[in-house]
Amino acid sequence: MTNDVIRLLGKKNLFIQGDDAVVYGALIADCRFFAGYPITPATEVAEGMALWMPRLGGVYVQMEDEIASIAAVIGASCTGVKSMTATSGPGFSLMQECIGYSCMAEIPCVIVNVQRGGPSTGQPTEAAQGDVMQAMWGTHGDHQIIALAPKSVQETLDLTIEAFNLSEDYRVPVILLLDAEIGHMREKVVLPEIINVKVDDRVPATIGPDKYRPYRTGFTRTSKVPEFAPFGSGYRTYVTGLTHDKRGFPVTTSAEVHEELVRRLVEKVQDDMDIIWYHEDSFLEDAEIIVVSYGTTARPAVSAVKMARKNGIKVGHIRLITIWPFHYEKMKEVLKNAHTVIVPEMNLGQMVHPIREAVGKNTKVISAPKIGGAIHTPYDILKFIEGDKN
Amino acid sequence: MSFISNDIIIDKYLRKDMLPTIFCTGCGIGSVMNFSLRAIHDLNIDMNKTVFVSGIGCSSRVPGYIYSDGLHSLHGRAIAYATGVKLANPELKVIVFTGDGDCGAIGGNHFLHAIRRNVDITVISINNFIYGMTGGQVAPTTPLKSKTTTTPYGNIEYPIDLSMTAKVIGAPYVARWTTAHPVQCINSIKKALQKTGFSFVEVLSPCPTSYGRLNKMGTALDLTKHFKESTINIKLYEKMLAEGKTTDKMVIGELVDIEKEDFNTKYKRFCGELK
Repeated sequence: MTNDVIRLLGKKNLFIQGDDAVVYGALIADCRFFAGYPITPATEVAEGMALWMPRLGGVYVQMEDEIASIAAVIGASCTGVKSMTATSGPGFSLMQECIGYSCMAEIPCVIVNVQRGGPSTGQPTEAAQGDVMQAMWGTHGDHQIIALAPKSVQETLDLTIEAFNLSEDYRVPVILLLDAEIGHMREKVVLPEIINVKVDDRVPATIGPDKYRPYRTGFTRTSKVPEFAPFGSGYRTYVTGLTHDKRGFPVTTSAEVHEELVRRLVEKVQDDMDIIWYHEDSFLEDAEIIVVSYGTTARPAVSAVKMARKNGIKVGHIRLITIWPFHYEKMKEVLKNAHTVIVPEMNLGQMVHPIREAVGKNTKVISAPKIGGAIHTPYDILKFIEGDKN
Repeated sequence: MSFISNDIIIDKYLRKDMLPTIFCTGCGIGSVMNFSLRAIHDLNIDMNKTVFVSGIGCSSRVPGYIYSDGLHSLHGRAIAYATGVKLANPELKVIVFTGDGDCGAIGGNHFLHAIRRNVDITVISINNFIYGMTGGQVAPTTPLKSKTTTTPYGNIEYPIDLSMTAKVIGAPYVARWTTAHPVQCINSIKKALQKTGFSFVEVLSPCPTSYGRLNKMGTALDLTKHFKESTINIKLYEKMLAEGKTTDKMVIGELVDIEKEDFNTKYKRFCGELK
């Protein structure tokens, strides 16, 4: 199948927008099912998938709303097909119940959220990072998802592939948090040598159907992720959003069964935090002030840090690529020598909270918010670094 | 139609470690499950290639008892999940069990659009006119004046007719029966399962625990008799219409049986044309 992708994609160097990069990433990652609903600024993802899916033996369907879209994506994934949907704030809100279902039933899927200004209908064409907390906590109950935040169009393509891999590896919904800025910005993208791209598939059931238990772990490996038997494979799997035992059967009043299940759902991801936690840093060795950024905001943040360095300020930069799960231990460690941490975000302060929790009371953590659609300029962030909060 | 014993049905098609069912005494859902499995047995459908999908509610528990792949999804979303399953793997037989609230209220939009899209799935809607799982609240199908726990003074909202809705949106197969019509019901489910495209079978089913009790309608048997008396077969109904007469009774029988190209066939054909 990947040969078809190479043949169809043609050119190695492209000049495309972030939404298109999601499409190319999905094609390379073997995504062959897309269900969606038009919404600015994510519509171009649906348009791209509508163009490519029929040519690659995949399915594109425009559903009646975002709830139906993610429901169809989960249904498709139950048959073993890698599946994705793309939306923005209002649609992302509608999808929350199904995201919880994907967590509970451990059905892999990728959800792209090209963030726009909210709440409510808000600013459809303007960028924001207002859904950061929602990505983690939008659905009810204890759970753990994975969320990635690219800073460029190239990285959007790379992280889309990674989103599928993580989703398959851990059998969790993976949320790719873009924003309108990256979604609609055109940049040069170099398609990877497809032969070299690592594409993961969920671990299939290896034991016979008579002994297989859909939610038993440890058949062939120590991981807390169970092996997967797709619908139609003869394993006759029952999938439910109710609390269930290892057979997949509902057990709704046992504290033990519920706790064992929910703890495993969280731990299967958090146990591998060191593997999952992607980040980038610069100028940290002697840094007394550290800027922590993610997504689009990382671009002006890097510029601001370089400008401050020229002015002799000992400032460093960390960019979170994996924003959920949040690596408290590692963040505490990398921020331990700083007296001040500055967190520029295109919201009124969301990621600043876990950072504050990670560093403790002895480090000053400053939120550098900007909302309304315009991204931070380097000077916006430099002002905070220089201690000029006006 | 084969008149095999229940033991064979139980042995071949049920997950015995999930039994007994959660259904109340006198509930009609077990009968509908029985009818469906007999239809499947008669057609010799491969259970390794069959997926039962449901939402939330009493009727949505059915797939849990059937030994096949099952997807117990979210309230109202069964048809949307089923659409994903069928589109991603057209080889699978996809059967949705849903209730009147699951299908007509919270899932109403998915119901309409799956019909419009003509997705090749069979939807069996068990209509007991009330929300049973939560203890008897008003449903979109609850008749006018009926009492429920949330209409203590009687229902003032007009009910939706699921089968007629399916018909006007364009479903190629629509039938409605009651649990008092086992033979007709099994035959309609068989036809529905053989139909390529969206097929819909609505079964009026007694809920003595909630609907019967709150409306003082007696036992399951009394309710079943009431269904028989308050419904009219389409053939009789059409005869009446021709004679210029009318009736308030609910029309049952085979309401639609036409041929219409389904989504998967259309999609496959247009993908072929692209290459």
